[in-house]
Order: sequence, then C-alpha cells, then structure tokens
Amino acid sequence: MKFLRRFFIRLSNFTAGRRADQRVREEMAEHLALQTEENLHAGMSPAEARRQAALKLGVAQAIREHHNAEQCLPLAENFLLDLRYAVRMLRRSPGFSLIAIATMALGVGATTAIYSVIDATLLHPLPYPNPSELVRIEDDLSAVGAQDVSVSVPEWRDLENSGIFQYVALDYFNSVNLTGSAQPTRIAMKGVTPNYFAMLRVGAQLGRTFDPGDKTPGVSPEVVISDGLWKRAFGADPRILGKTLRLDNDVYHVVGVMPPGFRDQGKTSEERNTELWVAGGFAAVPFPPPLRNSRFGTAFARLKPGLPVASAQAHIDALVVSLKKQYPADYPAQAAWTVRLIPLSETVVGNVRQSLILLFGAVGLVLLISCVNVANLLLARASARGREMAMRQALGAARTRLIRQLLTESLLLFVLGGIAGFAVLFCARKFLLQFVPESLPHLNDISISWGVLAFAIVVSVAAGTIFGLAPAWLMSRLDLNTTLRQEGRGSNGSRQRSRLRHALVIGELALSLVLMIAAGLLLRSFWDLFKVPLGFNPSRVMAIETWLPVPNDPKTDIYSTATQESVLLREVLRRNRTLPGVEEAAVGDRAALPLGHGKDDLNTFPLIREGQDVQGSQPPLIDTSIVSPEYFHLLGMTLLRGRLFVDQDLEDTPSIAVINQAAARTYWPDQDPVGKRVRLRAAKPDWTTIVGVIADARTESLADAGIPQVYLDIYQRQAKDLAFFLRGQVDPSAISSQVRTQIQAVDAELPVFRAETLDDVLSSSLSVRRFSMEMVALFAGTALLLAGLGIYGTISFLVNEQSREIAIRFALGAQRRDILRMVLRRGLTLAGAGAGVGLAGALIVSHLMTGLLYGVSPNDVSTFAGVTVVLTSVALAASYIPALSAMRLDPITTLHSE
Amino acid sequence: MKEKPDVLQGTLALMVLKTLDILGPQHGYGIARRVEQISGDLLAVNQGTLYPLLLKLEHEGSIASEWGASENNRRARFYRLTATGRKQLQVEARDWKQTAAIIARFFDVKAEDMP
Repeated sequence: MKFLRRFFIRLSNFTAGRRADQRVREEMAEHLALQTEENLHAGMSPAEARRQAALKLGVAQAIREHHNAEQCLPLAENFLLDLRYAVRMLRRSPGFSLIAIATMALGVGATTAIYSVIDATLLHPLPYPNPSELVRIEDDLSAVGAQDVSVSVPEWRDLENSGIFQYVALDYFNSVNLTGSAQPTRIAMKGVTPNYFAMLRVGAQLGRTFDPGDKTPGVSPEVVISDGLWKRAFGADPRILGKTLRLDNDVYHVVGVMPPGFRDQGKTSEERNTELWVAGGFAAVPFPPPLRNSRFGTAFARLKPGLPVASAQAHIDALVVSLKKQYPADYPAQAAWTVRLIPLSETVVGNVRQSLILLFGAVGLVLLISCVNVANLLLARASARGREMAMRQALGAARTRLIRQLLTESLLLFVLGGIAGFAVLFCARKFLLQFVPESLPHLNDISISWGVLAFAIVVSVAAGTIFGLAPAWLMSRLDLNTTLRQEGRGSNGSRQRSRLRHALVIGELALSLVLMIAAGLLLRSFWDLFKVPLGFNPSRVMAIETWLPVPNDPKTDIYSTATQESVLLREVLRRNRTLPGVEEAAVGDRAALPLGHGKDDLNTFPLIREGQDVQGSQPPLIDTSIVSPEYFHLLGMTLLRGRLFVDQDLEDTPSIAVINQAAARTYWPDQDPVGKRVRLRAAKPDWTTIVGVIADARTESLADAGIPQVYLDIYQRQAKDLAFFLRGQVDPSAISSQVRTQIQAVDAELPVFRAETLDDVLSSSLSVRRFSMEMVALFAGTALLLAGLGIYGTISFLVNEQSREIAIRFALGAQRRDILRMVLRRGLTLAGAGAGVGLAGALIVSHLMTGLLYGVSPNDVSTFAGVTVVLTSVALAASYIPALSAMRLDPITTLHSE
Repeated sequence: MKEKPDVLQGTLALMVLKTLDILGPQHGYGIARRVEQISGDLLAVNQGTLYPLLLKLEHEGSIASEWGASENNRRARFYRLTATGRKQLQVEARDWKQTAAIIARFFDVKAEDMP
C-alpha cells in the first residue's frame, strides 16, 4: 500500500516533470543558517561556525541528488537519458544504423509474416466458442486398412446416448443446383443433423438456425444460407426469411442467414466454404434405411464441459466393446472396428501443419542470422567506441550503468527494425497474400492483427536483449589503462571480442548452410515430382464440370437411370466435339479428374472378388472412377491387356470394369485379372467382369504411382458429379461459355462451373509444396546474403584492425600475394568451421523433414556437397574484397598516420 | 576517539516519526537536532540524509509538510505527523519493543536455565 502510494506519486512527479530542487535548496539553506547560529552561540568564530555547519550537513550536491531520486523515478529518468543518447548515436552513424535496422526489419518482418499465417491456421483454427470441446469422430476398420469410414445412423444414436457429449452431429458434404434465378448455379452444400449449429454453438445473423429438437426422419424443408450466398444471389434481401428456393428440383424455404464471419469446419477449403445447409434425420427417404453397416455421415461432437478427450476416448472404447458383443454380425472381429475421437482443431489443419512448421523453423533461422549479423555489427562498433567506454568508466560510470546504456542502444536498433519490418508487412499484406496457395486452410482468416504486432514487438525486444547483452557485456569490461593507451591505435582489440565475433560468423554460416540444404532438398523433391512420368498426358486438356440434380423425390428425377442420363451425355459430347478446336471429348465423374479431386470426391467401394471374398468377410476398399469410353484415349492412358469400354456396352448389357496395373498386382497377384468377376458394394447383386488392364498413371497422387483403381462405364453406372474433358486447341477463356451454351441447350437447368486446364490442376495440386519450397529458398537466399555480409564485415574489420601489422609486413618485404593469402585464409577458416557445424545441423534437420521430401534421400550427397561449395565460394568472394584492400595498403601512409 | 555509531538503516524513519509525535510540527533542522539530543548525542545523524527520507515519508503518506515561519521568522518547511503516520508509528513501536524484548531474553539466557 505504502509502496504503491509512493510509486504513483513518484510516477506522477516524473511524468509531470515536477522537481523539488528549489525546495530542498531552501531547506538546506535554512538548515545551514540555523546550525550556524547555534555554532555562533556556542562561541565559534563566524567563519568556523559556517564551516562546521556545512561539514555537519554533508555534501549539498549529493543530498540534492538523493532528494531528486526520491522525488522521481531515477531508473525511468536514466532510461530516457539513455534513449536520447542512443538516438543521437544512431543519427551520428546513419550507415551503420540503417544496415542494422534493415537487417532486423528483414528478420522480424519475415518471422511475423509466417507467424500471421500460423496464428490463423494452427493457433486459432476453429472460430467457434470453446473449441477445445469439439471433436471429430472417425470410425476405422483397421484390419482392412480403412480409416475414417463414416458413421452409420444407429452408431450416431449410440454416441448421442453415451452421455459424454453435449451434442453429436452428422454431416455430409455435397453440391446442389440452385435454379430459379437467371443462371443455374452449383452450390457447396452440407446435409447436417438439426443439432449441427447447436453443436458448433453459432447462431444466425438473421432468422434462426435449425432446431436441435427437430425429429424429421428424412429431409426437412428448411435451409440456412451463408452471408456470402445471401449477398451474391439475393442482393442481401432483408425479407429473405420464408422465401422458397429450388435446390435439385426440391423446394425449400430459408429460415436463417449465417453471420459474415462464419466459416464451416471441414478438411478441404471447399468444405469450409459451404454456403448452404439442409437439415435431416438421416433415417428415411432420401436416405438409405438406417442400418449399422450403411455408413455415410461424418460425425462431430461437443464434449461435456471439462471432459478431456482422453477420458472420453476411454468411454468410447468401452462402448465399442459392448456394441461388438451386441451386434456380432455387423462388427465382425476381422474388421477390427474402432472409433477414434480427434480434437477438431487437428483435423481442420490437416497436412499443412508440417509445411508450416518447416517454414516457421526456416524463418526462425533467418531471424537468428539477422540477429547475429546485428550483434556482429554492434561488436565491430564496440571496438571503435572502446575509448569512449574507457573514458566514461574513468569518469565514474558504474559497469551496470554502462551495460544499461549500451543495451538501450541495441534495443532501440532492434525495436526500430521490428517496427519497420512490421510496417512493411502491413503495407504489403495484400501483395504478399497472393503468394499463399489457395488450398491453405483459413486463407481468408490471415490478418495482420494486434496479436501479430505484439508478436513482432516481443520478438524484437527479446532479440535485442539477448543479442545486445553480449556486446554490451564485453564492451563494458575494459582494462582502463591499456584501453585508454591503445584503443584506436591499431591494437589487436580485445581478444574476447574477436573470439565472439568469429563464433558469431561461424554460427551464421552454419545456420545459412542448414537453410540452404533444406531448400536444396525441397527443390530436388519438387523438381522430381514435377518431372515424374505421369502416365497420362495432361497437355491441351480442359475439364469443365457440371452437376446433375439429385431430388429427394425419385419420381421427379429425370436422370434416375444410366440410360436416361446417357441420352444427355451423348448429346452434350456430340455438341462439344463440334466446338472450334476440340479434337476429342469425354466425360467422367469428379473422381476421374486427375489430381483435381479432394478426398470427398473419391468413391471408395469394397471390392468383393468372386471366389476369394465371401459374403460377410471384410473386402478391401478400392478407389472407383466412372468414365465414358473415350476417356482413356483422350488422356493417353495405355491399355496393357484386354479391352476398353465400347459404345456397345450399355446399362442392359453385362456390367464391365477396367482396372489399373496396381489393382491387378495387388488383388490378383500372378493371375490374369481379365475375365475375373467382382462385386463393388455388397448391396448390388450383379457381378461386374473385368475386361481390361491399363498402365498405372499418377491420377490420384503425384507422389504415389501404385494406387489401385477401378474404372466403370458411365453408360452402365451413373454419376452425378460430372466433368467433361476436351482435348484440342481451345481458347480457355471462351470455352467455358461455349460449353455452357451447349449443355444448357440440352438441359437449361444444369450449372456449368470450374473450367480448368489439366496443367493448371496439376500445378495447383503442387501449390502447398511449391509455396513452402519457394519460401524456404527465399529464406535460404536471404540467409546466404546475410552470412556473406557477416563474413565480409568481419574480414574487413580484421584487415582494418591489423592494417599496422600488414604495413609492417610489407615494409619487411612481404609480397602482395602473401597478404592476399593471409586474409583469404582467415575467411576460409571461418567458412570451413561454419560449414562443418552447419553440415551436422543440416543432417539433423533433413531427417526431421523426411516426410516433406520425395525421391531424394535426406542425406543426399550431391545436395550437401553442392551447397557447401556455394557457401564456401560466397565466403571466399566476401573476403576477397577486404583482401584486395589489404593488398593495396600503402605501408608508408599507414605507419605514418598513427 | 571512538566514532559515534551511524543510525541504523530504517530506524531513522521511526525516530523521525516519534520526534514529530512528541513535539508536534518541526522543520528539518529541528528534527535533526532533536534526534541527536534524544539519543544523548550518542548518534551522529548525517543531517543531509534526513531530507530525502522526509520526502519519502511524505510520499508514503506518514507525514505532511507545508511552508511556515521559523523561530527567527524565516521561511522554513514544517513537517507534521498524519493520522496514517501515527498508526504506523504505533505498529512499528510495538514491533520494535517485541524484537528488543526477544533479543534481551537471548542475552539474559544462561546455560543452567535450559532444561
């Protein structure tokens, strides 16, 4: 209490600049007068009386200082003085200050930029209240290697009744056609259970969300729309509530509009940008009957408050055991059914976590290197200011006082650098965001917020303290006598200081070597992926998508059979072939779009082989694409055995399939699969005959050539998510509207969207990889530049310091060559030491990032050797410039000038 | 000649408070003089150190000060005890007495007293 009161009075005196100097002077004068009077009474002579009085009072100046220190806050006052002095020093050597500030701006700016991405993705991935309570529930059939196989409706009910969740919701991601307005559009839609928004705990900005108590078994006629859709399709109509919408020919009415900032959760950015939600009970038409083995929804839940995920998982494990006992037919032991709870935040971030951590590590190294560089500059300046420090100490400055002053100077540099970096980032944020790949989750949430500013300032203050302390410590530690005599007169400087400088340069070189090797390995991986033989030919191929409606009432579906659909497809294909430049046309489902589909677009079916997989056992799951006969030729996929689809294969002719070599190898090892019969999905009784085997193509993943695939004929098996493929010399900007005209001439209610060339699809499938590779390469380049500057600075400083020695050597008959060699040897020694340390570090780092590499070993000799050579040549080049100036030293002027 | 002991750190504040308690408002010189007198001139108050201390006590709210006229009619700063200061004095006096009593018992203890 007392202490606080005293502190606040002092603080207010300090800020108001209130001084009590006049008061203490007056008091002392009065004190002296009274004491003198008393001394006179005691019989002293006037002069002696005054002298004794003054002696008794003490040193007036010291009293005034103590009094003033009590009046104000001396620490703060000294800090202000130091700051003012630091600003003066800064302005006195503008070159030095500018370089230091720019270096720090680079380091802090880059770190802050990456931090802002991480802040939006890893740190705040879920924009919902109490995000730690949200989990994703994944069912695995681990025995057949199937992960996340969705949840069936009875299982959902069991989970709801388990008593450990507040809500358990199901969702499935889909598309619908919104018709009725000028142009039919395809909209990303989610079917959810009515408690979905209650689980996320998000309300509508207009109207309401679904009633969690709604018991409609099928689909309820209510929709909730996103703010974006409301503005785009309905002009932000305030009377939107109650309006009807036609979605896939069904009629719904709008009950709510979500707030502008709301973003759905999901694994893909498409899913996170869902714009329309429909509620249902998942248990009656149009949904399949609620059987335990009919899995189609993804389950999410909000845990009871305060219940940790681990103990919830224990509950679930017990539930799974009892369910297996209760329904042995549905959960055969060989399927090894398990249920996992995963914190929702983890699933949202997905596979970019590793890339982001790599980037943060890389940018951290850049920051470290820039700090080291500035520390090095500070040390260099320390030598130049040795005399000043010695003088200050000789005049009575305490060592702590000197350290505080030097620290203030370095802090000022670092913080100014940090602020400059932040300012540049802030101004260039729009420009920089263009480079972030769109597939990055939460791209829209990346912002330069107060939290990011706080991060930038904390980083610069921490860096300034850590890297300013060592130079300050060394600078204040002086032997007064020798310094005052020698410093600035060509001495060798302080041993410790130069040792520290060497250590710093070595560290810098080592760090940049680590970064460069990481960049080199990523570049190699990227290049290998880019150059990998695809197995199909993407050039001059466009893909244009459409979506056939799936109405809830099967009677209103005009495409309910493959034969009905084939009329549309054949007509659209015929019309597309007449478009200018089109040479070939084919159609397939979205899963057939090479590299362009997310996990949600995959159709994965259990593959039941005749004679091998008996009913009830767990068959393997296989990725399935549905394509028209022309697809294989259009994409240049080669037939190895058997035949492809032909026009005579129809819905009423025997069902056939084509598989790839990987499927043949995996499921019919040492046999000819042609002629073998399979059943895809247990519910369908008819057998499908395999008629052909095609060569493997990397249509699923660039990194993996051997993913088993089965292709079905689109004229036999329907697909609703369609992609038309066109090969030829087409104009990408015009083709979209041309195809739209053709498709809508056949059916005016079909939307046409997302026209892409396969080359673009290919390159965007590499976007996250390319982004992290480019960023790490950029950071590595920066690091190399900084390290080059560091070694240049150190060597030129050495040359400068030893100019006297060099001059004497010249005078004693040394050749220029000797001097050049002497200086270059210094640089090489440093580079060698740095490379040694760096190679060890790079080995550790490259093994940590194995998961990000493709086709290149983490101890790839050529990368390691190449990078070391580059670093050494840069170091040599950087020391060559000061070596030249050492060579040109004129011994006479040098020796005379001192 | 043996040097007079300096005032223990922290005790000077207590002495100042007590002096003001007994004698009422005083100026700096008066306080310094009284402290020396009361100690029977055994203590040497480095008189200068008194003024920063007075300011500190004032910041803490134990004393207050205002300008007034000294005995020979010159301007002088007079210090007086506040209500807070009086309370503080009571507390600290009790603490000191307790401490002194404990120390005294330790000095008085003899081996045979121990059980």
